Amino acid sequence: MIRGQETLNLKREPLNLYNPMALDKNGIAKRIAQELRDGYYVNLGIGIPTLVANYIPEGIEVEFQSENGILGMGPFPFEGEEDADLINAGKQTITARPGACYFDSATSFAMIRGQHVHLTVLGAMEVSERGDIANWKIPGKMVKGMGGAMDLVASAENIIVAMMHANKAGESKLLPECSLPITGVGCVKRIVTELAVLDITPEGFKLIERAPGVSVEEIKALTAGRLVIEGEIPEMRI
Amino acid sequence: MNKVVSGPVAALQGLKDGMTLMLGGFGLCGIPENCIAELVRMNIKGLTCISNNAGVDEFGLGLLLQKRQIRKMISSYVGENALFEQLMLSGELEVDLIPQGSLAERCRAGGAGIPAFFTPAGHGTEVAEGKEVRVFNGKPHILESALTADFAIVKAWKGDHFGNLIYKGTARNFNPMMAMAGKITVAEVEELVEPGELDPNFIHTPGIFVQRIFQGEKYEKRIEQRTVRKRD
Repeated sequence: MIRGQETLNLKREPLNLYNPMALDKNGIAKRIAQELRDGYYVNLGIGIPTLVANYIPEGIEVEFQSENGILGMGPFPFEGEEDADLINAGKQTITARPGACYFDSATSFAMIRGQHVHLTVLGAMEVSERGDIANWKIPGKMVKGMGGAMDLVASAENIIVAMMHANKAGESKLLPECSLPITGVGCVKRIVTELAVLDITPEGFKLIERAPGVSVEEIKALTAGRLVIEGEIPEMRI
Repeated sequence: MNKVVSGPVAALQGLKDGMTLMLGGFGLCGIPENCIAELVRMNIKGLTCISNNAGVDEFGLGLLLQKRQIRKMISSYVGENALFEQLMLSGELEVDLIPQGSLAERCRAGGAGIPAFFTPAGHGTEVAEGKEVRVFNGKPHILESALTADFAIVKAWKGDHFGNLIYKGTARNFNPMMAMAGKITVAEVEELVEPGELDPNFIHTPGIFVQRIFQGEKYEKRIEQRTVRKRD
C-alpha cells in the first residue's frame, strides 16, 4: 500500500482567522483523500493538493503522476539523498517508488489529455458556479503562466479543487462568474474548502458537507455564487 | 557517422542574432548548462527561446534574460523568475504563454511533420483567441500549430557519437521532443560513451535527430526546491 509523502514535514497552521473551527490545509487534504479510489492514477497540483498524498485511506492503492514526467512518485528524499534529476512539477526533490517510470512531456500529457489519469486535484484563485476555474494569471500583476493546468482541466474527467473559501482580503472565491482570466470552462466537479464540500451542479454550488463546527450560515456568507442547500447538511468526517 | 564536436563553441557555430531556439529542461532540471553559458559568452541578441520555463534569476535562461539577449519567450510557466515577470509586465520581453501539454505536443509535431493539431486544452480561455475551434466527439478543440527551431539545444545523461541519447530521471521532460524539432539539434551530455555501449533497446532519442554532440565540461545541476524528509 502506498502512503505517499507521509512524512512531509509541514507545519499545521490555522489559516482561517474568522472561524477557528474551519479546517486547516491538512484538513482539506484529508477530506480530499477520501475521494481516492483503489487503482486511481492521480495528479496532484502544487500547494494544498500535494498534501493529499499524506492521507491515502487504508487499504487502497494509488499512483501519483507528476506532469514533468514521472508515474509512481514517492515521498521527499532523506536529507543528503536529493537528486537534481528527480523532481516533481513543483520543482521539489522527490523519490521514485518501486515500479515507477519516467517519460517525456509529450507522453505525460498524452496520459492527461487521453484521460488515463483518474483524478486531478488542483488549487484555484476563483471558481464559478458553472465550474469555470481561474488559477493562472492576474492581469497586470501576476503572470506565472498556466503550466499544465489548462491541459489538466480541459481533459480530466474528475477535477477537485482544493482552496480556501475566501481570498486574503476576505472576498469569496466561489463566484457567479470568474473575474480573472479562466484556465478552463465548466470543468470543476467538486470543491473542498476549509468550510465545506461543494459540487458544481446546473443550479450552482451545491452544499454537500460542512466542516465540523461550521454553520450553513457561515458558508452562505462566504459564497458569492448561487448556493444550493437541500435538507440537513452533514458534517465532514475527517 | 561521427557527430562529436569539441565543445559548446563548435556546437553552436552558426547561431546568430534573431534566431529561434528550443532549450530542453523543466525548471532547472535537464537544462543544457554548458550551451547556455556559451550563449551568454557569445552575447547573441534578439533570440526567440522556446522553453518550458525561463530559469531562475541567477541560473538557466535567467542568465540570458539578465543580459537582455532574449526578445521573445515561448513557455508555459515562468513563475520562478522575478526578472522575467518584470520584463514581461514592462513590455520589454514578448511572451507567449501556452499550456504545457500543447507546448510539448507542438514541439513533437514540429519534429514529426505534423503542421497542426486540435487539442481541448485552452478552449474558452485567452489561449484560444484567434484560433480555429472545431467540435470532435461533442467537445470543442482548438487548432495549435507545430513549432520548430533554428537550433534545438538539449541535454542528456549519456550519448554516443551517432547522437543516440539516454536521459536520466525527470531530466528527460521536453528534451526528446525538442531534439526532434531543431533544424540543427545540439546535444550536450554528461557522459559521451563509445559506440555500441548504449543498449539499443534503451535509447530515448535516436541519433537521426541529433546533428552535434559533446560532453559537457561540468554540470552544476542546481536544485530549485530542495525538499527533504526527516529520518525516523
